[in-house]
Amino acid sequence: MKKIQILGTGCPKCKKLTESAEAAAKMLGIEYEIQKVTDINDIMKFGVMLTPALVVDGQVKVVGKVLSPDEIKPMLI
Amino acid sequence: METTIMGNNRPQECCGGGPTLIFACSGAADVGQIADQAARRMTKNGAGKMFCLAGVGGRVSGIMKTTESASKILAIDGCELDCAKELLKQAGFADFEHLRITDLGMQKGKTDVTEQTIAKVAEQGASLLK
Repeated sequence: MKKIQILGTGCPKCKKLTESAEAAAKMLGIEYEIQKVTDINDIMKFGVMLTPALVVDGQVKVVGKVLSPDEIKPMLI
Repeated sequence: METTIMGNNRPQECCGGGPTLIFACSGAADVGQIADQAARRMTKNGAGKMFCLAGVGGRVSGIMKTTESASKILAIDGCELDCAKELLKQAGFADFEHLRITDLGMQKGKTDVTEQTIAKVAEQGASLLK
């Protein structure tokens, strides 16, 4: 199962990135789980200084921007 | 746009630009220590945020992606070996400012780590980031 984590405190961009990631996973038809990491201390453990951020199976893929589902799809394969 | 700077070295929410990151060689010599302390001083003064050179060297994903998102980068090297500069280049980063402490007249192995030497480097570093 693909583990997708969205790092951010809940701003509109965080929500948008979450929606895009979920849409990408559904378009691919893969099994996935989405976790929102909102605690600053937990976010810092990823070595990230900018949010929102997208993490897939423990690897940070995107920092500081919102991508479209089509842009996220290759990151989930 | 939302921009929340939540204190030194804490994540900021995305706005129009990425963070200004400072990498110090933090080498074993006196000038390496000055590089480290100057980077921390610059962070405290708000000139930028000291970030983890070792994480770039280790290709740690979060640190790499954050560095890729930076609007400005400064590498501070203690001496002519330019370890911080070379590490960043090997990691694929080409667009960054560089400050070499020995270029400021401080000799490796012969420079005291003092408030004065730290401040001098921090001041020069800040000017490169303006």
